[in-house]
Amino acid sequence: MKIAVCVKRVPDSETRVKIASDGKSLDEAGVKFILNPYDEFAVEEALRRREQAGTGEVVVVSLGPAAAQETIRTALAMGADRGVLLQTDRIPADGLEVAKALAAELTNGGYDLVLFGRMAIDDYNHQVGPMVAELLDLPCVTAVAHLDIAGQRGSAEREIEGGVEIVEFPLPAVLTTDKGLNEPRYPALKGIMAAKKKPLEVKPTTPAAGGLEVVAMTPPPQRKEGKVVGEGPAAVPELLRLLREEAKVL
Amino acid sequence: MSDVLAVAEQREGALRKVSSEVVTGARRLADALAARVEALVVAAGPVQGADQLGGFGADKVITLANPAFGRYAPEGYARVIADRARAGGYRAVVFAASAAGRDLAPRVAARLGVALAQDITDVTVEGGAVTVMHPVYAGKALLKLKLTATPAVVSLRPNVFTPVQRPKAGAAEIVPVDAAAGRVVVTGIKAAAGALDVAEASIVISGGRGLKEPANFKVLEALAAAFGGRAAVGASRAVVDAGWRPHADQVGQTGKTVSPTLYIAVGISGAIQHLAGMRTSKVIVAINKDKDAPIFKVADYGVVGDLFEVVPKLTEEIRKLHG
Ligand SMILES: Cc1cc2nc3c(=O)[nH]c(=O)nc-3n(C[C@H](O)[C@H](O)[C@H](O)COP(=O)(O)OP(=O)(O)OC[C@H]3O[C@@H](n4cnc5c(N)ncnc54)[C@H](O)[C@@H]3O)c2cc1C
Ligand SMILES: Nc1ncnc2c1ncn2[C@@H]1O[C@H](COP(=O)(O)O)[C@@H](O)[C@H]1O
Repeated sequence: MKIAVCVKRVPDSETRVKIASDGKSLDEAGVKFILNPYDEFAVEEALRRREQAGTGEVVVVSLGPAAAQETIRTALAMGADRGVLLQTDRIPADGLEVAKALAAELTNGGYDLVLFGRMAIDDYNHQVGPMVAELLDLPCVTAVAHLDIAGQRGSAEREIEGGVEIVEFPLPAVLTTDKGLNEPRYPALKGIMAAKKKPLEVKPTTPAAGGLEVVAMTPPPQRKEGKVVGEGPAAVPELLRLLREEAKVL
Repeated sequence: MSDVLAVAEQREGALRKVSSEVVTGARRLADALAARVEALVVAAGPVQGADQLGGFGADKVITLANPAFGRYAPEGYARVIADRARAGGYRAVVFAASAAGRDLAPRVAARLGVALAQDITDVTVEGGAVTVMHPVYAGKALLKLKLTATPAVVSLRPNVFTPVQRPKAGAAEIVPVDAAAGRVVVTGIKAAAGALDVAEASIVISGGRGLKEPANFKVLEALAAAFGGRAAVGASRAVVDAGWRPHADQVGQTGKTVSPTLYIAVGISGAIQHLAGMRTSKVIVAINKDKDAPIFKVADYGVVGDLFEVVPKLTEEIRKLHG
């Protein structure tokens, strides 16, 4: 099994968001960056598939700044074999341009599976995986929460509103991974040491800006100060009155 | 032509509720562009409810029909929608950011070679460009984005674009299309126990660790039932991780993002990761015995008290209201 996993360097989910002076981006001062949590499911799944097959290679690809080498090293410490950093100072807001850069690296790679996270927790875009699949003309299943592979055929489950969809597909394929697919392992000390010696190729890349322009980044609208209606069950009639007459939601 | 294409959604031959939101959002955009709205349904044949899309502002409702399109077929749907979008020279294509829409919109955008703004909460036209709002960093910031390519492809966060009646002709047309066998095939759907999904319900009642044990969720289920089928029961991560409730019900940063008309948080402290999933709800009610719980900072209305006394009383009063 030859498997590629695309990973993104993202701010830790605990980050306090401070907007930079340009009014369009995150102020990165003091921000801790991590491997996108959904991509951990993708890395873990790739490792398990390689282990089951008893042979193969797991290649980690990331588009990002020089510091994304650390992100790749995290995946290598988990057990991936080698990494490729498509180095750029600016990740375009347009996911299609990210997809184009990744697809150019992945094409003709001879991969049985190309794995992505369901979404990046910074931009919440849910799009790079299926876009790469279209660009490479590969079958694609998104938000996979359960996966079976037998030979050249796969069967996946994905959550939809009010149920679970069962999807069948042939390999090679692109999959995006959701929570529930597996429990990602923590890199062991031995893995962290080994990762330092694994090959990591850096390729300067200049993605186009694409068709999405950031006009501004703003804090979310403040909710107006709420009120405590009262205490205990005695407050319920007044709560209902307010929901009906003031909020008009009943 | 500079029309707006609104991609509606059906399941098992019936139109899904998000479709009226998609047409409402598309209408808003079309008004700003002085354009028409074409609603598009991909289905096996005529779809129940499609004729009502005119009521929300569709000038025309087109059903691309093929017996193979009864169920979602990712590749087939993407191809016929992209073909239609290309042939029609649309100014914008609007999807729902539902499970299917989030899967489909990137495929269509990639086929058209244009950018996609996914999961947006507002859409306007500024200086001739389609401009949208998109929450990032778990809702801790909002990005204002301008789409410079044509068509502008967007998907709308469910429950944000409240359907508005804007009667238009809504003339229906059924167009047979061919459906080359896709490589990716949906072979079945397992229905979850509670049929109404938290991401789509107009009322969400979520429970947290304050419920004390899984069996006590029946208190919230009774309240949901009192609302008569419009309400779904959600959960905090604490109770999902404890195995009390399924992950599908989890609201928050690592669960679902919900924007119901009414969100009732019961026995939930209001951690930042929980707020990430529900802060855009229209009205938030909190019931918690700790008057200093952070949930009261975002709640429009709070009741301080023991949920096991407050919720049954609330259920009783709602029943009276609906009875
Ligand atoms: C990376 C990351 C991602 C996360 N993602 C999510 C997420 O998606 N969703 C999420 O919810 N959390 C998420 N969390 C967890 C979050 O930080 C909180 O731990 C969690 O939301 C707490 O759940 P809770 O409010 O049910 O429990 P608690 O914080 O324990 O709160 C229980 C509340 O119940 C009240 N209570 C107790 N008894 C009663 C009673 N009888 N009547 C009334 N009130 C009572 C208490 O006063 C208390 O406020 C995430 C955390 C991390 C680190
Ligand atoms: N800059 C990037 N480099 C590598 N992979 C990426 C990058 N951006 C996104 N991805 C992949 O695409 C997935 C979805 O990201 P997004 O569409 O941005 O939500 C992520 O989970 C990653 O697997």
